[in-house]
Amino acid sequence: MNRRDSIKNLTFLSIGAGLLLEGCYGISREKIKRSLTRYEYGRTPEEKLYDDKLFAEKFFTNQELFTLDKICNLILPPNEFGSIRDAEVVQLIEFMAKDIPTYKEPLRNGLIWIDNESKKRFNNLFVDCEIAQQKNIFDEIAYYDPNKSISDYSEPVQWFNLVRNLTMTGYFTSEVGINELGYKGNIPNIWDGVPQDVLDQYGLEYDKDWLEKFVDQSKRNIIAEWDDEGNLLT
Amino acid sequence: MQIKNNSKEYDVIVVGSGAGGGMATKVLSEAGLSIAVVEAGPYYDPANPEQMTQLRPAYHSPRRGAGTTRFFGDYDQAYGGWDIDGEPYSQKDSTDFRWFRSRMLGGRTNHWGRISLRFGPDDFKKKSIDGLGEDWPISYDDIKPYYDKVDKLIGVFGTKENIYNEPDGFFLPPPKPRLHELFYIDAARKSNVKVIPSRLSVLTKRLNNERGICYYCNGCARSCNVYGDFSSGSCLIFPAQKSGGQIDLYVNSMVRTVTTDNEGKATGVSFIDKEENKEYKLKGKVVVLAASACSSARILLNSKSKQHPNGLGNSSDLVGKYLHDSTGGDMMAFIPKLINRKTYNEDGVGGMHVYSPWWLDNKDLDFARGYHIEQWGGLGAPTYGTGFDVNRFNKFFGINKAGGYGNVLREDMKKYYGSTIGLSGRGESIAQKTNYCEIDPNKVDKFGVPVLRFNYQWTDNEIKQAKHMQDTFEEIIHNMGGISLWDKPGKDSNYGLTKPGQIIHEVGTTRMGSNPKDSVVNEFEKLHDTNNVYVVDAGPFVSQADKNPTWTILALAMRSSEKIVDEFKKQNF
Repeated sequence: MNRRDSIKNLTFLSIGAGLLLEGCYGISREKIKRSLTRYEYGRTPEEKLYDDKLFAEKFFTNQELFTLDKICNLILPPNEFGSIRDAEVVQLIEFMAKDIPTYKEPLRNGLIWIDNESKKRFNNLFVDCEIAQQKNIFDEIAYYDPNKSISDYSEPVQWFNLVRNLTMTGYFTSEVGINELGYKGNIPNIWDGVPQDVLDQYGLEYDKDWLEKFVDQSKRNIIAEWDDEGNLLT
Repeated sequence: MQIKNNSKEYDVIVVGSGAGGGMATKVLSEAGLSIAVVEAGPYYDPANPEQMTQLRPAYHSPRRGAGTTRFFGDYDQAYGGWDIDGEPYSQKDSTDFRWFRSRMLGGRTNHWGRISLRFGPDDFKKKSIDGLGEDWPISYDDIKPYYDKVDKLIGVFGTKENIYNEPDGFFLPPPKPRLHELFYIDAARKSNVKVIPSRLSVLTKRLNNERGICYYCNGCARSCNVYGDFSSGSCLIFPAQKSGGQIDLYVNSMVRTVTTDNEGKATGVSFIDKEENKEYKLKGKVVVLAASACSSARILLNSKSKQHPNGLGNSSDLVGKYLHDSTGGDMMAFIPKLINRKTYNEDGVGGMHVYSPWWLDNKDLDFARGYHIEQWGGLGAPTYGTGFDVNRFNKFFGINKAGGYGNVLREDMKKYYGSTIGLSGRGESIAQKTNYCEIDPNKVDKFGVPVLRFNYQWTDNEIKQAKHMQDTFEEIIHNMGGISLWDKPGKDSNYGLTKPGQIIHEVGTTRMGSNPKDSVVNEFEKLHDTNNVYVVDAGPFVSQADKNPTWTILALAMRSSEKIVDEFKKQNF
């Protein structure tokens, strides 16, 4: 019996996640299909259920999402690599607010604060202010002394820090951001040490006594054989 | 469904499918015995695309890999964690024990750190050396042939170093160190801290034609889809099935008790089918427990009968006692020399390429038992949290301003990417009778099964060892020209000593010995109290060295399973 057959015979299959979702949360079939195909990342049925519950929930109003889009876009303006829109930063913030519910209140309060501040100073909602005016508001809340804890600062400063963190992480974990950062891994590869020019830059070299111990990548496909003393022969 | 109503009597019922259960399944089935493997979680195969997380970039997850649902992040392959819905555990007094459970075929071997260290000759005889704890009833020479076989069967890279208490094995060649590891080697050596290539069960070279070779994606915690690392399913259970073993897998099936007859001999197990929430029974001539040290203790303690009123195997009253976890201490540092790095694919294997085995003699120190040092860093895969506090390190350049907005943030991101290194000490604690898990008399899980209650306090030896770790880290970081990122932990926080359980090396709950009065199993991991029940997880560990337990679980499970085969041949069951 191969292992697939053994699964078929012996795994007590759980009810499909989709059916459960419809039953428990009243989420439409179409919505389930959308989110399940959009994010395929090895979830268990219970995890899928949880994700779909979050997707079915809406936290920010459209106006709030619009404001967030403006804010994030000023925090990290587009360049030749990409934008916060390419990186789906605002969608991430919406999702994280539901995934980490303690984010909800501070994120919303900050949006209320920035609109009030905009009205007070410029008689407009934040999104309707001139860019110079928007930056004017940012300048008062965007900086902190790194020797201090962010929790020593006022709520607007803390809020801006949270939004900046989410913007940065959203961008640099996206396809365009990873590309811009220069992370080159997470693909099948053969590691054969630090590139020579990098070793040279730091004045480092591999220990000569060690070099012969390391894997010879040209022989990696030859089946390992040892003598009785554990010396590798192949 | 059919199978559960089957009146078949198996030769052996194996409870749990991690390192110990996988090894038992392989050895016993290949001897022609019929096996039922009873696993509390679902079926799992790292090659199944629907379950696979390997090679997924952060943006395949709607939370970019954050640890909200899986503690070590979305892509970690452990179904479970510190807390499982409806399956609680409790604490006695001021105890704060952490219990990590992974419920899936292969258990915690799907995500473990792959660090595969043999215990050395001294590690089996520590009481003879320092008078603390207890000696094992076996020596290194008893287990050496099994370590050798495990090396060849499963594969481990490393180098021959001829260090007495860090025995060499049959090693595959190790990968070259990464940049931060070269920094570590230089800095550690300046403080006379030895550094050698790591010993991890990752196939850097072909071991056989059934398993693939490592392709350096750094994803070992995600379980390898070409079976290039050791997971119990891919390396033990699947090959055993493939070679024609009579193996029935019962998944989502949580064992509640070992059933016994009027003579007190085991007749099988009762388990809960978690999908149906119904209890079923399986019959077996022999029961092999491999549910993890604490879960196996729980099953034994819950297996009360007229013949075993104190729980099965518990006439000594020691089941659950001598629970001990590795000590842990960590520090993270910023290395100014590593700013504005050139980027290249630096993934390597999913773990450190070099490490420092214990390098001192405790005779000269104010604490017993040693620790090894692991390190982490490099140009890692961006995941949720990357870019947080992007320019906080400005303060190390005398700039007392951080935050801001605009394109400068992109520059800061690239400037500091890959500029940190972390150091982790993992050490030996001393098993104490007063540290234990027991059945909580007032609490049951959602299946109605009584749960565990933990009682655990560190002693001075572990606390002083943690202090030594922090002093060593400080010196090495200084040698690297680095700056520690966390305040050096002081006495008030036990010098940063981790909570018991947190290192996920909990062992010792069914300890091995030759005297039934002061141990639970014999040297072949058979309960003293009954003839046909074995425990092949880390429960039988008398002490745990500063070595990660997996390789020793595997070697002992292989040794005990061969003994079971022998006993079957002699018709002793």
